[in-house]
Amino acid sequence: MFRIKKQLSEIGVLGLNRRNAEYTLQYNQRRLYPLVDDKLQTKKLALKAGIAVPELYGVVEAEHQVRQVAGVLKSYPDFVIKPSRGSGGEGILVIAGRSKDLYRGVDGVLLDAEEVGYHICNIISGMYSLGGQPDKALIEYRVQFDPLFGAISYQGVPDIRVIVFLGVPVMSMARLPTRMSGGKANLHQGAIGAGIDIATGTTLTAVWRNKIVAEHPDTGNPVTGVRISNWDTLLHIAARCYELTGLGYIGVDLVLDKDKGPLILELNARPGLSIQIANRAGLLPRLKKVEQHHTVLQRIDDRVFFSKEQFSA
Amino acid sequence: MVMPGGDWRFAMPGSVRSMKNRHLYLLAAALSAVGISLFLYKTIALDFPLLPEVRAHVWNIGVHLTFEADNKPVKVSMHIPRNSNRFAIVDENFISRGYGVNVATEEGQRKAVWSIRRATGLQNIYYRATVLRVDRDIAIKKPPQAEAAKPVLAGVQLEASNSILSEVREKSADTGSLVAGLLKRLNAPQPGDDVVLLLGKKKSARKKVEIAVQLLALAGIHAHAVHGVRLEEQRRAAQFRHWLEVFENDKWIAYDPDTGAREIPDDTLTWWRGMADMVEAVNVQRLQISVSVLRSEQAALELAVEKGIIKKPFLLEFSLFSLPVQTQSVYRVALLVPIGVLFLVILRNVIGIRTFGTFMPVLIALSFRETQLLWGVFLFIVLVGTGLLIRLYLERLKLLVVPRLAAILIVVIGLMAFLSVLTHKLGLERGLSVALFPMVIITMTIERMSIVWDELGAFETLKQGAGSIIAAVIAYLIMSISYAEHLVFVFPELLLLLLAATLLLGRYSGYRLLELRRFKALTEKRNDV
Repeated sequence: MFRIKKQLSEIGVLGLNRRNAEYTLQYNQRRLYPLVDDKLQTKKLALKAGIAVPELYGVVEAEHQVRQVAGVLKSYPDFVIKPSRGSGGEGILVIAGRSKDLYRGVDGVLLDAEEVGYHICNIISGMYSLGGQPDKALIEYRVQFDPLFGAISYQGVPDIRVIVFLGVPVMSMARLPTRMSGGKANLHQGAIGAGIDIATGTTLTAVWRNKIVAEHPDTGNPVTGVRISNWDTLLHIAARCYELTGLGYIGVDLVLDKDKGPLILELNARPGLSIQIANRAGLLPRLKKVEQHHTVLQRIDDRVFFSKEQFSA
Repeated sequence: MVMPGGDWRFAMPGSVRSMKNRHLYLLAAALSAVGISLFLYKTIALDFPLLPEVRAHVWNIGVHLTFEADNKPVKVSMHIPRNSNRFAIVDENFISRGYGVNVATEEGQRKAVWSIRRATGLQNIYYRATVLRVDRDIAIKKPPQAEAAKPVLAGVQLEASNSILSEVREKSADTGSLVAGLLKRLNAPQPGDDVVLLLGKKKSARKKVEIAVQLLALAGIHAHAVHGVRLEEQRRAAQFRHWLEVFENDKWIAYDPDTGAREIPDDTLTWWRGMADMVEAVNVQRLQISVSVLRSEQAALELAVEKGIIKKPFLLEFSLFSLPVQTQSVYRVALLVPIGVLFLVILRNVIGIRTFGTFMPVLIALSFRETQLLWGVFLFIVLVGTGLLIRLYLERLKLLVVPRLAAILIVVIGLMAFLSVLTHKLGLERGLSVALFPMVIITMTIERMSIVWDELGAFETLKQGAGSIIAAVIAYLIMSISYAEHLVFVFPELLLLLLAATLLLGRYSGYRLLELRRFKALTEKRNDV
């Protein structure tokens, strides 16, 4: 056991306690949390800064508005309903299409208007929000993800998580939904995590349920060596999120839309640590390097350059 | 570029971080130092017991006065005991409906006076005292004059007295032998006419004491009558004993009036002195006095504190023992919570076990104290399991969150009542204690579990559920160590140590035990190479 501990320290694996004590608590000011915990605020902030986000179709703030939802949604064949203050991907309902009066979920299950309304009510009453606070339900554009990912994900939305420390992208991974994860992009729910080489935007080893895999278990396509298009733009967007929020240590979740390019899905002020498993590398050495140099890394270009130079695989 | 709040550079230099740590270490050290020194002071200087087992005796004394009143102002005055070198009164109660009570000390005697403007019919007055054996030195109260005042006697009484006194004096060398001879004379089978004249036909101990005091006063010797009860095992109707106290060689010496022995049993509680009656009452008929003595056991630590009350150290005035007994028993349990909470911090932040609700396991562990462990775990699983099934059924009805929570709460309470009735009918009395589970907490647990079930699947739910139960069981085991309960209650300053430990854990940034397993895959790569 002590041997493992020693090895982990040598690799510089960041543990939860240390992440909290030395990074999120130190660099993320409490008062700025609402900016990222509330997706509506994040979206507004990003739009103001000119960063692309999935288009917002509507916000449901009170239960009586639920009845009007069907009317608003008439013009959109597909959409996503998510809690504004949800965490860990909970409470997200993806509607992929219509079948007469019914909505069709990504897994093909048909839902009627009442069931969709119930889901929205649950969101509003705070079932998925942090601490059970009353919440808002966001209805937004369903990302048409880049065909690049079509081959290596099963339903759901594959996304790219970038850890940004003091404005410098330090580590990144692609999260690919599987049948097991039920279309969700959370690693502990069974999604694949594939580390990404920051310098090139190519996927490295992929980890599924703590094991290294070469192919996607559902589609059979290789998950390593996939080159992500628009990688530079993506890194720039991620790096800008520091100025956007003022939070020093964040996880930026992006998606690649086939028409609109990289979009910010959400920001996370307490990003998970599994990214280290996917990258087979520890975060600590990279974070320390940024701490040493961040005073001279003022411009976004500099920070992205620094990142690509220092953290290549 | 958007810059919320203007300045967005929040990087904290390393020096600030280490200063923060130093501040924390100083605070923790200061808290520990205060805690430990108070603890040591109490154990070493105040003799607070470290072990809970030692027990000692205290006596509960009760006096019950009954009488009839006839619509007139009533005044009852009764002698009550005071602190002596043998016994300390640690608690006193005066119970009487509608009476005003007054405690007064006159000439070293304590008296309780009950009074009421109008009273009719049968009246009850109770006096209760808790008495503790102390054995300590109290300064001897010397009589004001060297010689006792001569009693006012006349005629045959004076002559008889003088005759007895001169007879006894002739055969004695000092005060001690004088008193011994006097008592021998009074107790003689054929005491002679002089004695019979003074004592009368019935030679009660009380009368003998009265006469002896009178005779000794005639000889200029200070003496007085003392009345008290023996504190024996249990006495529903205790008898008063009367004895003689004589001042000789700068000391008060007790003499048993029947045997002439120079001491009385040391478990005798002195009640009052002098020839006055124990109770004096105005406008009272058919007065009856009954005195009872009960022995009870008390933990040595309370004893120490009660001794402390006599010593009155400042610290004890503000200790938990100054609280009413019922509140004390609340704190006996409440003070265990910090231990459980510290343990939970370790479990969550050092080991990395996930539980439902941050402190839920501690609250469950508290109810395990009442249900006992196996029953507690069984009842908890039955309750939560059934609640979860019902919650999963309610899911189909598509209820809003708050009404759904309320519905589950109602179901949980119903279930608890049902379980109580069922186990009672089956003769399993332990099952009744299910009522002590914190129902709101259980409701929240069920709701939380069903959401985790929905979102992360049954496996994760069971994993976290098992984590919660394991945490609760371990917390229970730690909190049920009677030694721990004793320590935190007697030495609440140890909480400062717990606080210091918790603060330090708040800056613990090492790996959690379960993280080692989680990140184990990362070490394997290195081994392969």
